[in-house]
Amino acid sequence: MSKTTAVSKVDLTKIMPYGDTMNDGQVQMSFTLPVPDGDEAWEAARQLARKMGLDEPNVVYHRDLGIGYTYMIVYGKCTHSVDYTKIHVTKVESNVMDRMECIKYMEDHFNRPVVVVGASTGTDAHTVGIDAIMNMKGFHGHFGLERYTGMTAINMGSQVPNEELIAKAIELKADAILVSQTVTQKDVHITNLTNMVELCEAEGIRDKILLLCGGPRISHELAQELGFDAGFGPETYADHVASYILQELVERKRV
Amino acid sequence: MTSKLNLDKKVIDSARNHARSIAESMQSFIDEHTTVSTERTVLRLLGVDGVDDVERPLPNVLVDEIKDAGGLPRGVAYWIGNAIRKTGKSPQEIAEAVARGELDVTKLDQGSVEDARKAIEPYVDESLAKIRKQTETRNNYLETIGEGRRPYLYVIVATGNIYEDVNQAEAAARQGADIIAVIRTTGQSLLDYVPYGATTEGFGGTYATQENFRIMRERLDKVGEEVGRYIRLCNYSSGLCMPEIAAMGALERLDVMLNDALYGILFRDINMQRTIVDQFMSRVIIGYSGIIFNSGEDNYLTTDDAIEAAHTVLASQLMNEQFAVLANIPEENMGLGHAFEMDPATEDGFLYELAQAQMAREVFPKASLKYMPPTKFMTGNIFRGHLQDALFNLVAVWTGQSLQLLGMLTEAIHTPHLHDRMLAIENAKYIFNNCRHIGDEVEYKKGGIIQTRAQKVLKDANELLAQIEKDGLFATIEAGKFAAVKRPFNGGKGLDGVCTKDDMYFNPFIEKMLGGVK
Repeated sequence: MSKTTAVSKVDLTKIMPYGDTMNDGQVQMSFTLPVPDGDEAWEAARQLARKMGLDEPNVVYHRDLGIGYTYMIVYGKCTHSVDYTKIHVTKVESNVMDRMECIKYMEDHFNRPVVVVGASTGTDAHTVGIDAIMNMKGFHGHFGLERYTGMTAINMGSQVPNEELIAKAIELKADAILVSQTVTQKDVHITNLTNMVELCEAEGIRDKILLLCGGPRISHELAQELGFDAGFGPETYADHVASYILQELVERKRV
Repeated sequence: MTSKLNLDKKVIDSARNHARSIAESMQSFIDEHTTVSTERTVLRLLGVDGVDDVERPLPNVLVDEIKDAGGLPRGVAYWIGNAIRKTGKSPQEIAEAVARGELDVTKLDQGSVEDARKAIEPYVDESLAKIRKQTETRNNYLETIGEGRRPYLYVIVATGNIYEDVNQAEAAARQGADIIAVIRTTGQSLLDYVPYGATTEGFGGTYATQENFRIMRERLDKVGEEVGRYIRLCNYSSGLCMPEIAAMGALERLDVMLNDALYGILFRDINMQRTIVDQFMSRVIIGYSGIIFNSGEDNYLTTDDAIEAAHTVLASQLMNEQFAVLANIPEENMGLGHAFEMDPATEDGFLYELAQAQMAREVFPKASLKYMPPTKFMTGNIFRGHLQDALFNLVAVWTGQSLQLLGMLTEAIHTPHLHDRMLAIENAKYIFNNCRHIGDEVEYKKGGIIQTRAQKVLKDANELLAQIEKDGLFATIEAGKFAAVKRPFNGGKGLDGVCTKDDMYFNPFIEKMLGGVK
């Protein structure tokens, strides 16, 4: 009779990918190599995987893409580990309140409307991000800032020059500016966001206003590096943005 | 075709009649106005091309000069016709002389309209012959090498570099794509000129230039001949240069062009007067050239809710159809748009999508319906995304959609990688083939979820159109009825490029392309 062994326990100082057994290191990936489908292409993929630190690389699927390039799905066992106990991530530090809590919070702390202006600026034509945060309807069941009683939320849409967004913020004496960036090809968003910070400084409003950015490739850390107060990435909604703005305004005594 | 949805033909007719009356009421506004872009289009069709010493396109140089001299209301056809008569130069030579500062066409002796017409006519006829030649070439290809089966597999390339684009397009064609769209660089829609020459720098897309069109056309013809299937080329006749790009597309044999009467107003904040006038000339060119236009109703559902706003899509399709009728576009070339954009968490959402796609097919039986993939609820979970795209493909083959813009599993992450497109084509081919005749086999339950849904959307669209007919289209847009976006009559970009025509105005291309009607 075999004795039941416990599942091996995770060592948080050395974590690695989990496939179906602790520390098996299983990684799945896919990529294209610009060479014709065949033994040499598969071997090239295996060698590349080894250089990425994957043991026993296995090309499980390959396909010619029509112009002498090959698509491959590759599995391998990762040989590296990281120390989870030493990880530090910069996060937006505020309690996330839902819409009703935010409204209550505004009633309790502000005797004026909180003004937020936002846009997808630069050449970016995508409104999906700024709409999800600001428009009445919101996204995934999270109503947008326009539906927050006590808040004046102005969504200026897409392809708004940074200068126009700033001018609107000054005109309305806004408490916060939201900049949405969806297109990130060739890091165009970095250039545009940097420009935004520089313009705010040139206009002398950088210290008087909360400057926030958001988008699928934005992290809080990146936002802070670029000189923003906060950044909001995927899976953040109006609740997160509003909670941050309100608590930060109270913190900074701008009520 | 008997209605599988039990749609009331009287309601369809009523909705279509409202839409016709809306389009016709706009036509009187259109007939009274012209725009800088419409006039630049006339110049492009007359063969004016190239740039001056500071890279300004010659059509802009000439139109700006005429406009500054107060001559825009008469139209460039008059000024060029008159200049041809007085100088003996060709339109291109005139434009070059103006660019060098050697000639001012508004300062010449002004002859009669009849004389100007006569002088310009050979150039007009030459241009129309060039376009007809392209149509013949297309027809010849379709007769000899043939084409893919519908729904056409439609994919996008967007590298920013035309020379990289052609490689990606060739790969997609070899994998089975039937239509290649070169998405434009972000921001081009707001340029009030068309850049010149081959371009290699763009963000999220590649500049639409006549040379880029030519380079891509050449490669697609070559690949099409090799794979034994005509590969259609698509670009965007939209933004501030909508009609100019249509002209370039006609001259370089594009097959499909995005062209929507309302899109620029709603989503690019282009002035509504400007867009409505520009879309007319664009569509006349598109109609004459045998190009399929694609309208952009799918976009409404990215900003508005796909269930609540479904009727706005149908209402807009009906208006786009009637605008197209006025521009002489046959129903077969109407690529009316709609989309699979409901929240995947919706119970029975697939049934609603099926109902709406079937409804579009029944309301527009001969149209080349353009069906757009899920984008709004794509999450970065590429595995679920691939499934969402599969359901989208299933609805398409089931309801007989015509142009299937393939969904990418990496939507919401990045512009497609080379293999993303292969996976999308593989997905569509598998489902189209595996379910080819499902639409012929399956009927819908009388009074069931699918029938009830389609009937409701049709009824709501009819009511909305009745209201728009009463309020007027401009007022409806001002009130934010489409895509929940409000735009003012005198706001937005490009208004200063609109003017009222004077009584000597003529546009020989619109007249001849419509066969002397307008």
